[in-house]
Amino acid sequence: MIFFFYLFAALAVIGGLGVVLYKNPVTSAFSLILSFLGLAALFIQLDAYLVGILQILVYAGAVMVLFLFIIMLLDIDKEEHRKMGGFSATGGILVGVGFFALVILVLWKSGVGYEQGLPALVGKGDNGTSDVHEIGRLLFSKYWFPIQMVGILLLSATVGVVVLSRKHLK
Amino acid sequence: MEPNILAWTILLLPLAVATLILFFGKNFPGVSALLSTGSALATLVLAVFLAHPELIGGDPGITGGVQSAAEADVQGIKSFPWIDLGENLRIDIGFKVNSLSQGMMLIVTFVGFLVHLFSLGYMKDDDGKARYFGGLALFMFSMTGIVLANNFVMMFIFWELVGVSSYILISHWYTKPSAADAAKKAFLTNRIGDFGFMIGILLLWKLCGSFYFNDIEKSASSINNLFLLNLSVILIFCGAIGKSAQVPLHVWLPDAMEGPTPVSALIHAATMVAAGVFMMARISFLVVTADVAANVITWIGVITAALAALMALQQDDIKKILAYSTLSQLGYMIMAQGLGAHGSEAGMFHLYTHAFFKALLFLGAGAVIYACHHEQNIWKMGGLFKKMPLTSITFALGTAALIAVPFSSGFWSKEHILEEVTHAAHIKGHMAVFWIGIGVAFLTPFYMTRLFIVAFLGRGRTNSADHAHEVSPIMLIPLILLAFVSLISVYFGVPEFLKSEGKSATFSDFHFNQTAIASMIALVAGIALASVFYLGKKSDPISGIPGVSVLRNKFYLDKIYQGIVRWFQDKVGSVLDWTDRSVIERVFSRIPAAGAMSLGALLRNFQVGNLQVYVFYIGIAVLALILLLIF
Amino acid sequence: MESTLTLQHFLLVSGILFAIGLAGVLARRNLLIIFMCLELMLSAANLSLVAFSRFGAENGLPDYDAQVMLFFIITVAAAEVAVGLAIIVALFRTRETTDVTQIDEMKF
Repeated sequence: MIFFFYLFAALAVIGGLGVVLYKNPVTSAFSLILSFLGLAALFIQLDAYLVGILQILVYAGAVMVLFLFIIMLLDIDKEEHRKMGGFSATGGILVGVGFFALVILVLWKSGVGYEQGLPALVGKGDNGTSDVHEIGRLLFSKYWFPIQMVGILLLSATVGVVVLSRKHLK
Repeated sequence: MEPNILAWTILLLPLAVATLILFFGKNFPGVSALLSTGSALATLVLAVFLAHPELIGGDPGITGGVQSAAEADVQGIKSFPWIDLGENLRIDIGFKVNSLSQGMMLIVTFVGFLVHLFSLGYMKDDDGKARYFGGLALFMFSMTGIVLANNFVMMFIFWELVGVSSYILISHWYTKPSAADAAKKAFLTNRIGDFGFMIGILLLWKLCGSFYFNDIEKSASSINNLFLLNLSVILIFCGAIGKSAQVPLHVWLPDAMEGPTPVSALIHAATMVAAGVFMMARISFLVVTADVAANVITWIGVITAALAALMALQQDDIKKILAYSTLSQLGYMIMAQGLGAHGSEAGMFHLYTHAFFKALLFLGAGAVIYACHHEQNIWKMGGLFKKMPLTSITFALGTAALIAVPFSSGFWSKEHILEEVTHAAHIKGHMAVFWIGIGVAFLTPFYMTRLFIVAFLGRGRTNSADHAHEVSPIMLIPLILLAFVSLISVYFGVPEFLKSEGKSATFSDFHFNQTAIASMIALVAGIALASVFYLGKKSDPISGIPGVSVLRNKFYLDKIYQGIVRWFQDKVGSVLDWTDRSVIERVFSRIPAAGAMSLGALLRNFQVGNLQVYVFYIGIAVLALILLLIF
Repeated sequence: MESTLTLQHFLLVSGILFAIGLAGVLARRNLLIIFMCLELMLSAANLSLVAFSRFGAENGLPDYDAQVMLFFIITVAAAEVAVGLAIIVALFRTRETTDVTQIDEMKF
C-alpha cells in the first residue's frame, strides 16, 4: 500500500519537475500527462474512483490533447538558447522553495492526524453506495444551483473561445 | 363654504394653475391665459367672500384672525404644520385672517384680475404667452401667501416667492439684455433687503420666542431690551426697503419697467411693492413700541418720496415717470408706517387708493405704448387725446387721483397721511417731514402735468403717434373700470378693513385745516407751473438748466452703486485671488500633487510590465499571508 | 517512517507539486508552459481536497462535498484551459511569440 503511494507520488513529482525543467513544450506536456496519471492513481488510492477517472479523462485526455494540439498549431520551438536564469528563475526558485518550506512548517506545526491511518469505509462497495451515486445525488440536490452556473460558465466559455478564435479580432 | 376651505382655496388655486401652466401650458397659450384669468377672477370672488363671510352664510365674526397654531383650529382655519420642534420653534403654513388681510386680499385680487384681463389683450400675440400667464398665477399665489401669512417665516417664504415671480415676469422678454439685467438687478437688490429681513426675523424670534404675529403682539409690550427691539424692527424694515423700493434700494424699480407693461402695473405699482408697506402695517404694533425704528422708517420714507419726485421731473420714458411716481408714493406710505397706529392706517389707506389709480396709470401707459407701436418716449408722442379719447380720459382721471385733486380718492388718503404727520410728535423734526411732504405734493402735480401735456396734448411729433388709435375693448374695460374705481374707491367701504386698532381711516376723517390748504396750494402751483413750462413745447425747456441733469441722471445713484459694487468686487476678487494662488494652490494642490507624483514615481519602479514579476509579487504576498496565518 | 499512510503524506506531495508549479510559473518564459504549470497547481490543490475528503470520512463514507467541489474545479479548469488557449492563440497571431518577457505592456 505504502509502496504504491511512494511510486505514484514519485511519478507525480517527477512529472511535475519535468514540466518545469524540459525546454521543449512537447516534452513538458508529456511530463504533465505523466504527473496527472500519478495524481489520478493517488486519487484512486484514496478511494475517490470517480474523481480519479475524471482526472485521467478530462485532464490527461482532453485538456492535454488540447495543449499538444495548440503547441503544434503554433509550431513553437524550444526556448532558443535561453538558459533558465536571471531574475525570474531566481524568483521562481526562491518562491517555490519558500512555499515548500512553509508547507513543511505548517504540517509540522499542526501535527493533527499525523499518526492516524486511513479510516475504514463501510458504506461503500457492492452492497452500499458508490461515488457516482453519491456525487450525482449531491450535484442534483444540494448543488443544483452551482451546477446550473457551471453550465452557463461552460456555455460562455464556448462562445468566448469562438469569438477569440476569429481571424481578425476586433 | 367654511372659512377653512375658503382660505386654502384662495391660496392654493393660483398655485395649482401656475403649476399646470408652467408644466403643460407651453403648447396651449390660449387655454393657459384663460385658465390664469379664470383663477384670478375666482380668487377675487373668494376674497370678497373672505371679507364678507355673511354673503355665503358664514359667521361674520371670523375677522378676529388666527391667533396661533393652537387657536387656529378654533377659528375654523386649519394650519398645515410644517416645522415642529417643540414649544419654541413651531412653524406652520397658516392664515391670519383679520380685517387688514381681508382688505389687502381685495386689493390684490381686484387689481390682479384686471391686470389679467388687460394682459389678455396686451400679450395676445406674445410668444411666451403661456409662460407669462404662468408667472402671473405664481405671483398671485405668492402675494396671497404674504397677505394671509400668520407668521414671519411663512411670510418670508412667500416674500421670496414674490421675488422669484417678479424675476420671471420682468425678464419675460429675456432675449433683450436690458430686461434680463433689470430682472437680475431687481432680484439681487431685493436679496440685500431680504438678508436684513431674515436677520430681523431671527432677532425678533430671540426676543419674543415666536414667529407668530399674534404671539409677538402679546409679548411686544414686555420686551425690555429696547436696543435689540429697535434693531430688529429696523432690520425687518430692510425687507420693506427692498420690496417697497425705498432709498437706498430703490434702484431696481425703474429698471423693472423693462417687463411687459401689465406686469409693471401689477407688480411695481399695485401689489408687490405694496408688500413692504403691508408687512410694516402687519407689525405696526411693534413699530409703535420702537421709537428709533419709527424715526428711521419715517425719514427713509420721506427721503424716498422727495428724491423719487425730483428724479421723476426729468424722465422722458412714460413708464419711468410712473415708476418714479410710484417710488414717491411708496415713500408716503412708508413714511406713514412710522407715525404710529393711525399713521399706519393712513398708509394702508393710501396703499389702497394708490393701487387702483397707479394700476390705472400703468395700464393706460401700456395702452398708449401699445397704440404707439412700443414707443415709450413721451417727447415722441403728443396729440394722443384726439386719437384715443377714452384712454386719455381714464389716464387723466388716474392722474387726477395721483396728484390728489380734491374729492378724488388719492386726495383723501394723502391728506390723511399729511395730517398724521403733524400729530406725530415722537418723530424728530416731524414738521420738517411735513414740509417735505408738502414739497412732494407740489412736485407730483408738476411732473404728472408735464407727462400729460407732452404726451396727450398738442400735436403728434412722430409717425407712430400720428397713427395711434384707440385700443381694443378688452384693454379698455379694465381701464374704465379702474378709472371709475380710482375716483370713488374711498366710498366703497373697503377701507373699513384696513385698520389696526379698531379704527380705520376713511374720507370722513378729513378736516379742512391748514394742512389741506397747504397741499391744495402745492397742487395748484404744481399744475400751473408745469402748464406754463410745457404747453406747446417741442422739447424740454428746463433740461438745459445747470443742475437739472443731476435729476435726469437719477442723482448718479446707479453709477455710484455700480462703482461701489465694482470696487468691492475688485477688492474681494483680489483677496480671493491671492488666497487661491498662494494658499489654496500651494496647500491643497501643489503639495498633494508633489506627494502623489513622488509616490507614483516610487511605485512605478514596481510596475515593470513583466508578467512574471507580477506573479512574483503575488507569490511573495501569498507567502507572507501564510506566515501571518500560522503565526 | 513506518507503514501507516497518513494525511500528511498526501498533503506533502500536494505541497511539493504546488511549489513546483509555482516555481515553474515564475521561472519559465513560455506562456504555454506557464499555463501547464498552472494546471499542475490546480491538480495539486485537488489532491489536498481528495485527501481531506478521505481522511475526514464519517460513518464509513468519505466527505462527498469535497469531491463535488473537485468535480467543479475540473469543470472550471477545462473551461479555463479552452479560453486561455484561445487567448494564447490570439496573442500569438498578433505578436508571433509566446514569450512572456516580450509581452511587457502591462504598465503605465
